[in-house]
Amino acid sequence: MNRNLLGRRLLAGSAVLALALTAACSSNGVSSSKEELTGEVKVDGSSTVFPLTSAASELYAEEQPKVKVPVGESGTGGGFEKFCNGETDISDASRPIKDKEKQACEAKGIKYAELVVANDALTVVVNKDNSFVDCLTVEQLKKMWQPKSTVKTWKDVDPKFPAEPIKLFGPGTDSGTFDYFTAEIVGEEGASRTDYTPNENDNVLVQGVAADKSALGYFGFTYYEENTDKLKAVKIDSGEGCVEPSSENAQSGKYKPLARPLFIYVSDKGVKREEVKSFVDFYIDNIDDIVKEAKFVPLTDEQKKTLQSEFDKLHQA
Amino acid sequence: MTKPTKTGRSGAAAGGAHPLRQSRVRIGEKSIETGLVVAALISIATTIGIVVALVGPTVDFFTEVSFLDFITGTSWTPLFSQRSYGVLPLVVATVEVTVIALLIAVPLGLGSAIYLSEYAHSTVRKTLKPILELLAGVPTVVYGFIALQMINPVLRDLWPGEKKPDFQNVLVASIAMGIMIVPTIASMAEDAMSAVPHSLRQGAYALGSSKMQVSVRVVLPAALSGIVAAIVLGVSRAIGETMIVTIAAGLISDQVRFNPIESMMTMTTYIAAAGSGDVPVGTIDYDTIFAVGALLFVITFGLNALSIRLVRRFREVYE
Amino acid sequence: MTTSTAPARPSRIALNKQRARPAEVAFKLALQACLLIAFAFLASLIIFAVYKGWSRLDSRLWTEMPTSRISRVDTSGVQSAIYGTIWVIGTTAAICLPIGIAAAIYLEEYANNTRWYNRLLELNIQNLAGVPSIVYGILGLGVIARGLGFGFTVLTAAITLALLVLPVVIIATREAIRAVPNSIRQGSYALGATKWQTTWRQVLPAAIPGMATGSILALSRAIGEAAPLLLLGASTTILFNPDGLDSSYTTLPIQIFNLIKQAQSEFHELAWAAIVLLLAIVLVMNSAAIFIRNKFQKRI
Repeated sequence: MNRNLLGRRLLAGSAVLALALTAACSSNGVSSSKEELTGEVKVDGSSTVFPLTSAASELYAEEQPKVKVPVGESGTGGGFEKFCNGETDISDASRPIKDKEKQACEAKGIKYAELVVANDALTVVVNKDNSFVDCLTVEQLKKMWQPKSTVKTWKDVDPKFPAEPIKLFGPGTDSGTFDYFTAEIVGEEGASRTDYTPNENDNVLVQGVAADKSALGYFGFTYYEENTDKLKAVKIDSGEGCVEPSSENAQSGKYKPLARPLFIYVSDKGVKREEVKSFVDFYIDNIDDIVKEAKFVPLTDEQKKTLQSEFDKLHQA
Repeated sequence: MTKPTKTGRSGAAAGGAHPLRQSRVRIGEKSIETGLVVAALISIATTIGIVVALVGPTVDFFTEVSFLDFITGTSWTPLFSQRSYGVLPLVVATVEVTVIALLIAVPLGLGSAIYLSEYAHSTVRKTLKPILELLAGVPTVVYGFIALQMINPVLRDLWPGEKKPDFQNVLVASIAMGIMIVPTIASMAEDAMSAVPHSLRQGAYALGSSKMQVSVRVVLPAALSGIVAAIVLGVSRAIGETMIVTIAAGLISDQVRFNPIESMMTMTTYIAAAGSGDVPVGTIDYDTIFAVGALLFVITFGLNALSIRLVRRFREVYE
Repeated sequence: MTTSTAPARPSRIALNKQRARPAEVAFKLALQACLLIAFAFLASLIIFAVYKGWSRLDSRLWTEMPTSRISRVDTSGVQSAIYGTIWVIGTTAAICLPIGIAAAIYLEEYANNTRWYNRLLELNIQNLAGVPSIVYGILGLGVIARGLGFGFTVLTAAITLALLVLPVVIIATREAIRAVPNSIRQGSYALGATKWQTTWRQVLPAAIPGMATGSILALSRAIGEAAPLLLLGASTTILFNPDGLDSSYTTLPIQIFNLIKQAQSEFHELAWAAIVLLLAIVLVMNSAAIFIRNKFQKRI
């Protein structure tokens, strides 16, 4: 009798113990993947990439509400300056890092990974009510935008256009978009006429073009996509016919020369912190959703593979 | 009869002239006074701080750009590849905004002040004056947005001729600015007019003057230094105001422009735009923020000093 | 001497009522028009803001965080800006009120007016009152954020704003203290009180209405300021509430400015709603200050 009782008790006891251990282990397992992180991930840089990283940070906040991700938009140049000074963990950029900036990072001992997160079709826009502009050649754009340009009215661009004065809007000199546009269209980075309305904030440029029937501006694809009710995209002819900015044309390379990759740069110092690594992991894992949310041109499968491997190189270093 | 024992303190009446004992200097009192002095000195520290913040980068700036080029140059493109550091476009834009704003603010402000001071019953005055002061409490970012969304559309609809005002233009910013300054001018001018002694008015009435004549020919001249002080203060506020012009006046500074329906960038807008949009620290571009800031500070400082002088004069005459 | 009998005439001489000359009437109307235009503007401003922001004037303002995505704008609000404003202004008040009142006490009660250094102090404060707010932003950027290394945090913003409105607090408190009758002080001294005891227990309590007015007006001004904060890290998306003095932050005016810069009108609607909120706060504070001032003005 005693033995039976003891046996039953032992069995019951070990069953309870086993159950408890299983529960403890599994809850440990669950909590380690859903561990609540805290901290701050500082991001700054390009206003073109801003919608992407902002979308990422908002989606990320739903998973990790305690991690703060303030995203600035000081411009690609300004972003790199802070990044290479150790003030930010991630830098948004709409052009690759320049040599001077590389040197600044080296001087401070900051290593980084250059990650392509989306494709962009840099879009030239006119007001929706502009009826005469449909397609412009690269030469025409260059004539309009080069330093000391004498183009004042639309007639100067094409004799068939009316003689309406052109109001120009574009990013400021701290913008990667500015660097890219001037390099590709005018032929020299930073070379541009100075009598246009410059602003780091592409939204302000949208408002400017939308308010003036004979205005023209250029900025990232997203800002056009989100305002098709006010703007009309200009097709670009680089010698092979008029091509309009679109996801397909950007990915296939048809949209020349204004299709470009968009980057984020992640510092090795930053990625050592859990919250930074977690954020970038989230960014990469959900890149399609994020790009769709921000209305950019998605990555090709090739690009996605490179993205993952580049980041792995950084945090396994 | 025994005299009650007297302590030294109340011994004044007892034998002869006792000097009052000097009260003990309490340490607590002294330290409190020191604390108060320190608090007052914080204002000095503020001024020193402003000067220190401005001087360093400004000096750096002027080692690269000559002062003459800065003051007389007509193109301000510090952030472009072809750099140009002539500050005149910014100054002209600032002056233009100020002048147009004053064209609105001075008549409205003085008119309101004369009405409140000379014509209104005291109960009317007590209710209306606070409402006027409420206008001064509206944040300037609101004025800026109002200019863009409420005033500009009306302006563009009513504007005759082919060329309509731009999306951002000097005129619409000036209108909003003018209304914003009305309480400043009205309040100070009204104080100045109230300080004019009644005897002056009554003398004029006794000679058969009408109210209008008294207001315009007696009170206004008598309160003149106070009124001028009010206007000078209004000018200073218009020059130093940032949000309205940043939102509504524009961002173009490549040359000196005069047409108020065009976009123009003022000094304050440049500081705000360059200072927030971020320019690399330590470069000359960063220093431009402080150079323009220094110019702004010097101008408003001079205007304020003038205004204070004038106020002192009108207070002295009648006090 | 014959006395003129004029039973119809009253014994005192009645002044002939002035015939209203058209110029007089026109002048008076013009003056009233001036005032009316100013009021009309204020009224239309408020009506316009409420009308434009009507669709967004609900609890989303304070329960939801801001967004930069057009797809989420319907479920966004300005919560981080509201909390940021509370944090920043609370800290600003904690800094500028004690210092301002202390400085005012010094200048009114303790300082010898004839000394040059005290006159310099007064002049300095009056000058600081007229310095443009963006220059205070430069001070904050150059000295506090970068020089002292405080960075772009709640504390930096609070110190900058505190310095900005300090002259207002000092000047208003001085006037309040000045208005306290000397008899109160002298009665206190006669009873053997020290200077500080007199100040603390007699003068200040009597000056509270004036001090309250000045403080409320100063803080109301600080709440509405955007320009200095533009230089202190305002152009970032902040989706969280501050949790310490070293937090990044955003405030209502800054958030409104950010919303204004967006292109789509949905953001503008939210901006108007936030403006209505800001106006409500500021106008209530200003009205309270004016009310206190008017109510207690006669007491003395």
